[in-house]
Amino acid sequence: MAEESALKPFYSVLVLAFACSLLVAGAAVGLRPLQESNRQLDQKKNILRAAGIFKDDVSVADQFKVVETRLVELATGSFVAEEQLSPDEFNQTKAAFSDELGRPLAKEEDLARLSRLEKYSLVYLIAGDDNTIEQVILPVRGKGLWSTMFAYVALDADLNTIRGVSFYAHGETPGLGGEVENANWQKGWQGKKVYDQDRAVRLQVVKGSAEKSGEQAAYEIDGLSGATMTANGVSDLMQFWFGDHGFKPFIERIKKEGGFNG
Amino acid sequence: MDDRKRDLLLRSIIERNPIALLVLGICSALAVTSQMTTAFVMFICVTLVVAFSSLTISIVRYQIPNSVRIGIQITVIATLVILVDQFLKAFYFDLSKQLSIYVGLIITNCIVMGRAEGFAMSNPPVNSFLDGIGNGLGYGFVLMFVAFIRELFGSGSLFGWEIFQLTTNGGWYERNGFLLLPVSAFFLIAILIWFLRTIDPVQQEKA
Repeated sequence: MAEESALKPFYSVLVLAFACSLLVAGAAVGLRPLQESNRQLDQKKNILRAAGIFKDDVSVADQFKVVETRLVELATGSFVAEEQLSPDEFNQTKAAFSDELGRPLAKEEDLARLSRLEKYSLVYLIAGDDNTIEQVILPVRGKGLWSTMFAYVALDADLNTIRGVSFYAHGETPGLGGEVENANWQKGWQGKKVYDQDRAVRLQVVKGSAEKSGEQAAYEIDGLSGATMTANGVSDLMQFWFGDHGFKPFIERIKKEGGFNG
Repeated sequence: MDDRKRDLLLRSIIERNPIALLVLGICSALAVTSQMTTAFVMFICVTLVVAFSSLTISIVRYQIPNSVRIGIQITVIATLVILVDQFLKAFYFDLSKQLSIYVGLIITNCIVMGRAEGFAMSNPPVNSFLDGIGNGLGYGFVLMFVAFIRELFGSGSLFGWEIFQLTTNGGWYERNGFLLLPVSAFFLIAILIWFLRTIDPVQQEKA
């Protein structure tokens, strides 16, 4: 091989890095609209999955017709009028980081380790055949071991019993914390209760298996072996989102008004 | 196509299989072989990456300074892998979710790096490209073999189509749970290596 000048490694690496970054950036920007629409479709699928009404053979847009998307002001728990802020244009994760629609969380209130929280949240209402609301689906998120985990929680019309849960985006260790995606584990959430008689959030992911019977059984979710940090993250995010800064004002308000259908 | 080129394309399937003879790329062979669909997509992705990285590196092989060649190879490979990943996310979202990190991990698949360093650095572009395709085929051959057995006896299906009706679905076939675990691929690959080295004793390592 020919004699190399001392500078050659530097500029050849620079040229290569520049060419490669152009390619990667070009692909990332060029394909983003497609990826974004895929992601939205996937979110809709997961909302339906959490509600337990997802069917493989019907188009997602058709199935989503039973779902009514509304915006809720977290602090007061009241619905936001469509004219004020449209649910279709609302990007929840972005909102948390805007000055207008989000606010910083103080350390002691930030159980889910989000650092910022949006003032409004999307909620999804599913109507049954006779136009009564059958379940409500709430988006939640929080830090696990490595990443922010995103999930939908479907609640029964009693606003306490879980119909289903669906974790759809996370960056936890595959096979360990990544098991939050496991359909069998998620099945274990069905029928569990969020609040106890004193209206405190009691639901939590335990270590090992959940109690099969007894008073505690309704509030316990099977642990994830080898993923204590992720499991704690899940407990914390439920504690946060069903607490005072999350959906509790909304849930309390609906209850006071005699439920959705009252 | 002359003999040399045909040889480059086909020799990596049986005679010089990257998994069976060189025992490279085992990690992903364990991870993605519980279903034939994911194994097939992985096979296509790896083949594309190894062929085009070999081609690119072979084209610029006289310009690559010796002292930083590994870094340059890995940059080229990583770029290709990111492109494949972005493409999957845009057009095959469900598959990309299933394969999750394994597409990203093609970067660390020793076959890709091994062909870049071992072949493309000292051979012309067309031959390197063919060698890349050939190695991808060899990798794919093992993947499809392992996935065939694991999906058929582990889930009773092939490419997601039901072959044996499972007892959980009211059928007669009791699934073999062991085959769903990644470990089972170790045994299957070992059996394949044993078989290949028996019919082709040249592959046996000297004790």
